[in-house]
Amino acid sequence: MFEEIGTTAEGDLQINVGPQHPATHGVLHLVLTLNGETIKKVEPHLGFIHRSIEKMCESLTYRQFSYVTSRMDYLSSHINNNACALVVEKGLQVEVPERAKVVRVLVDELTRIASHELWWGAMAMDLGAFTPFFHAFRERESINDIMEETCGARLTMNYIVPGGLMQDIHPNFQKRVKHFIQLYKSKVDEYNEMVTGNIIFQNRMKGVGILSKEDAISYGVTGPAARGSGVSCDTRKLYPYEVYDKIQFDEILETGGDSFARYMVRIREMNESIKIIEQLIDNIPEGDFQAKTKAVLKLPKGEFYQRVETARGELGVYIVSEGGTTPYRIKFRSPGFSNLSALDHMARGSKLGDLVAMMGTLDLVIPDIDR
Amino acid sequence: MNVEELKIKISELLPGAVLEEGGQWLTINIEPNQWPAFAKQLRNDTNLYFDFLFCLTCIDWKTHLTMVYHLDSTKFRHNIVVKSKLDVATPAIETVSNIWRTAEFHEREVYEMFGVNFINHPDLRLLILPDGWEGKNPLRKDFEDPINMIRL
Repeated sequence: MFEEIGTTAEGDLQINVGPQHPATHGVLHLVLTLNGETIKKVEPHLGFIHRSIEKMCESLTYRQFSYVTSRMDYLSSHINNNACALVVEKGLQVEVPERAKVVRVLVDELTRIASHELWWGAMAMDLGAFTPFFHAFRERESINDIMEETCGARLTMNYIVPGGLMQDIHPNFQKRVKHFIQLYKSKVDEYNEMVTGNIIFQNRMKGVGILSKEDAISYGVTGPAARGSGVSCDTRKLYPYEVYDKIQFDEILETGGDSFARYMVRIREMNESIKIIEQLIDNIPEGDFQAKTKAVLKLPKGEFYQRVETARGELGVYIVSEGGTTPYRIKFRSPGFSNLSALDHMARGSKLGDLVAMMGTLDLVIPDIDR
Repeated sequence: MNVEELKIKISELLPGAVLEEGGQWLTINIEPNQWPAFAKQLRNDTNLYFDFLFCLTCIDWKTHLTMVYHLDSTKFRHNIVVKSKLDVATPAIETVSNIWRTAEFHEREVYEMFGVNFINHPDLRLLILPDGWEGKNPLRKDFEDPINMIRL
């Protein structure tokens, strides 16, 4: 893998970015072909954190396998768990109590905010601004505290299980979430003031890494990265699950297709998540938090697919069942994997320094790509 | 288009295609040699317009392999699943990376994990597995990891 580094026959320089590089936020290895400072080719080498989760899941039962998925996109662990729970419920034809559905959406949206927070801080840090990272982590910390109280974990939650929730919400949950919203509302404006409006920041983002609408669809780019190119692809709107069809929120679309458009989608999405939480936090129905399910789950013979919207894009869970207690084959269509495939196309012809901004706005999480 | 309309349209395009219903989406079973022409029709037909390949994977059934393509249309929002049976000893199918660019990475993953040879793929190399990987394809059913920590 490393032997090919050097000079190509045409006299272009080949260099490594990663596997250990502060801007890849994980063990991603890119081999760049450069002509001077201009990028001619980006070639990702994956697999440094490949755990073969798909193979592992083939020997785990339907109750066990969702725990592994928290470790895929660890910044959207609730949403990964939700996808797994939904696909198993689809197979079992179990109706989940309303209370569980509402709480699921609440924790999903809190996760989305926390994920976008981390992305925003890390993104600004990649471009040379260190302070935003601390601001973002201050708010993210309060979400982690809420999660810790209710789920007992701060990162790999495993709170959403087939049939409902692991346990009921903590008595403080509603109070603390409301307190968080109150604090948080002014924060997005603060972020905009601190980073978005900065002229140096804008110059580094605007017109960089342009991805057209057609290319975004063809490369299978989803989530905020695709919505920055004007592709309507929010699974919460298009194929609603849980209670997303009953609540008011907008799908954020930008048409620029550049790094700045992708940045703005995520910034505006944080406000939408707050809107969703505000609608639901006072309306958590009373009742059970779990449907009655058997101790050992057996999915009927067949195929089940569930699409959900994680903070990075569309996650698909595809289960092929032979009627046993473990899946015969399971496939995770991870958003990061497809989003990364567009990086080469986006980066060609740009300057080396802009690559970091492009990678930042794709919001790559390496365990999600490698699985 | 709804399922009925899709069924009629696809029977027109590909007479003799085996259609399966009852699952989440309409499933079309085709022969591997029909795939390149049929894929182009699915993508370019103005009434079908399947421009978003959201999942591409393979299943090892021990006696044969099955390629599975999940397609979505960003214009009409209808979905179909296309399946194709491949020979287990020498699995090969034409690439669709020239039609849906996302297939390039997904096919490389299937190539290394299942050993499927994608004909005319522009860059069929290992993607996730380390260079110089020797031995069986990891997601085949006959692959047993020597250090499997979670065997039940």
